[in-house]
Amino acid sequence: MELLRFSTAGSVDDGKSTLIGRLLYDSKSIFEDQLQAVKDASKKLGGEEVNLALLTDGLRAEREQGITIDVAYRYFATPKRKFIIADTPGHIEYTRNMVTGASTADVAIILIDARNGIIEQSKRHSYIASLLQIPNVIVAVNKMDLVDFDESVFNAIVDQYRTIAETLKLKNVIYIPISARDGDNVVDRSSNTPWYNGDTLLHLLEILPVRVDENRLPARLPVQFVIRPHSTEFHDYRAYAGRISGGSFKVGDDITVLPSNTTSKIVAIDEGLNSIDEAYTPQSVSLRLADNIDISRGDMIVKTEQQKPVVSANVSLLVCWLNHRPLNVGGKYIIRHTTDETRAVIKDVHFKVNINTLENILDDKTVNMNDIAHVTIKTMKPLKFDSYQENRTTGSLIIIDEGTLETVGAGMIVHDLEDQTFSI
Amino acid sequence: MHEKLTHLKELESESIFILREVAAQFEKPALLFSGGKDSIVMAYLAYKAFYPAPIPFPFVHIDTGHNFEETIVYRDELVKKLGAELIVGSVQESIDTGRAVEEKGFNASRNKLQTVTLLDTLEKFKFDAALGGARRDEEKARAKERFFSHRDEFGQWDPKNQRPELWNIFNGKKHLGEHFRVFPISNWTEMDVWQYILQENIPLPSLYYTHEREVFYRDGQWYAALDAITRRPTEDVVVKRVRCRTIGDITCTGLSLSTADSLEDIISEIASSRITERGGRTDDKRSESAMEDRKKEGYF
Repeated sequence: MELLRFSTAGSVDDGKSTLIGRLLYDSKSIFEDQLQAVKDASKKLGGEEVNLALLTDGLRAEREQGITIDVAYRYFATPKRKFIIADTPGHIEYTRNMVTGASTADVAIILIDARNGIIEQSKRHSYIASLLQIPNVIVAVNKMDLVDFDESVFNAIVDQYRTIAETLKLKNVIYIPISARDGDNVVDRSSNTPWYNGDTLLHLLEILPVRVDENRLPARLPVQFVIRPHSTEFHDYRAYAGRISGGSFKVGDDITVLPSNTTSKIVAIDEGLNSIDEAYTPQSVSLRLADNIDISRGDMIVKTEQQKPVVSANVSLLVCWLNHRPLNVGGKYIIRHTTDETRAVIKDVHFKVNINTLENILDDKTVNMNDIAHVTIKTMKPLKFDSYQENRTTGSLIIIDEGTLETVGAGMIVHDLEDQTFSI
Repeated sequence: MHEKLTHLKELESESIFILREVAAQFEKPALLFSGGKDSIVMAYLAYKAFYPAPIPFPFVHIDTGHNFEETIVYRDELVKKLGAELIVGSVQESIDTGRAVEEKGFNASRNKLQTVTLLDTLEKFKFDAALGGARRDEEKARAKERFFSHRDEFGQWDPKNQRPELWNIFNGKKHLGEHFRVFPISNWTEMDVWQYILQENIPLPSLYYTHEREVFYRDGQWYAALDAITRRPTEDVVVKRVRCRTIGDITCTGLSLSTADSLEDIISEIASSRITERGGRTDDKRSESAMEDRKKEGYF
């Protein structure tokens, strides 16, 4: 059984909670005591119907105000796969939550109300799916029951969305007509849409390829921890522990350690109590090398014959700002990138992105919370990185405020500015 | 080794990554060990994460004094087997020194009192990170918990002002006096934990398997007829075949009628269950936001 992570984003009215409720309920992941608790809470809030949104809105303030504040994680499984849902609110002020939820997702579900068609919010969600490089996007055209399951309504939305998908360079986009309330094409194929020949939503989630490309990337192991037992039994044991962040490593591989550029060979790969011949993304392993070289946390082990990451102190980023205090140009911040940490100064803000119109803003460079901006930074010591487009792990970083120590920015490293410039 | 990881392998890999991050980012971490299956899995993951080096942090057990004897026996054996260090924080001691006040009445429990002992123990040993076995699928307030959860100098959780957590980059930076709670198995479900225990052949306390026990019935739930709980005159003691689905202390652990005597039996029992595991936990039923309220104060 494999693991698939998907994100959903939407507002109160587009049926997102109903859809999640249905996936959980139909896969028997809601238990009687949870359902009873939701029934009781619905009654207390004065509602007549059972409000499935209360399953996801866990905090007291959320239930009282009927809003979702934060990313909520939900779990369900079918005999084929285990699923992790990152459920995020869709309002404009919650861009930071959508970015958080999307950062680890393999699939984004974008819900579109069949009656309203593509609205600003749909574009916003799509932009975030593109920005965070989610490999698969499912466009679920919901509330088909309210447009009499009219094929032409569905087709018009699909046509309109194709333009957006092209502009945003979305990778794999699939369209499904559904009614989350009644379950049409969610788990079971609907007799109301004889014109639709594709998969049901759940079946699609079960068969979509999961991170197949990761193992074909150049191999990367950011060193996390050096294991040295100092015991009589393992006197000379020394291994470099970390989680493989691209490609795979085999015993016998020639490796290079960055930034020092020293080389060696892998003599053993340990995983827990066992030694293995080959390890893949995203396994946590530890490597033993032929030579005794100086390696510490924050260094990166790569395969010698493959394409190397960029080693540079000048880094271009698309940043999603996460904090109430705006980005301080010229200010210094702490940067965490893979297992590495350094300080950096913000050199310049080139443009901001209006995520509703997807236009670049050149005249206002104040980066506030929920803004997406293209910035350049200079780090105190060089980072070893790929572009985010090439590798979501070695191409991402977070920005930490030196005073409050809060995580204030999420950065996606870009090589080529042109690649990320959109206009509609 | 297959190129595609199974869901258990991927979850294990994520948890080991987080355990290693904690060892690297904090000066003095500790692993909170309750004797329940989740903390047992955590202990084994920690063993794997640093093998062949010893686990680089101690286990901390907050002992309510109302534990099942089997839990304590199991705890001591496990600590010895894994070569870990054990620190015990005693709720009885917190009561004796006046730091905590014992609840009264038939539903009295030391569950809530544990928070005092826990925070005192963390402060006494200057622990700056406490690893817990909480899972997001357990309870709705926990569904919004981060892997690295920041606590202020009073040990409190502010759910509305949590640090965003993106990709697998964890920010464990803190000011003096603050600490972190870290939950490496956040993404595991109850079923994942059981499947992993089966796959890894991890021995469990006998309480998880069916056994005959003197029990009594209260509010739709069976409880152990032991001295830690005061029974009402109407609550008769009977002998039943029961097992624990979760293990807390005696006062808040509901027992389920079961004949499951193997991991396979337990897994098929859970697969067909229509009640969550915390459905048997009295501590969560006190109010709708019982867990959220306890967590804000610094509970596990």
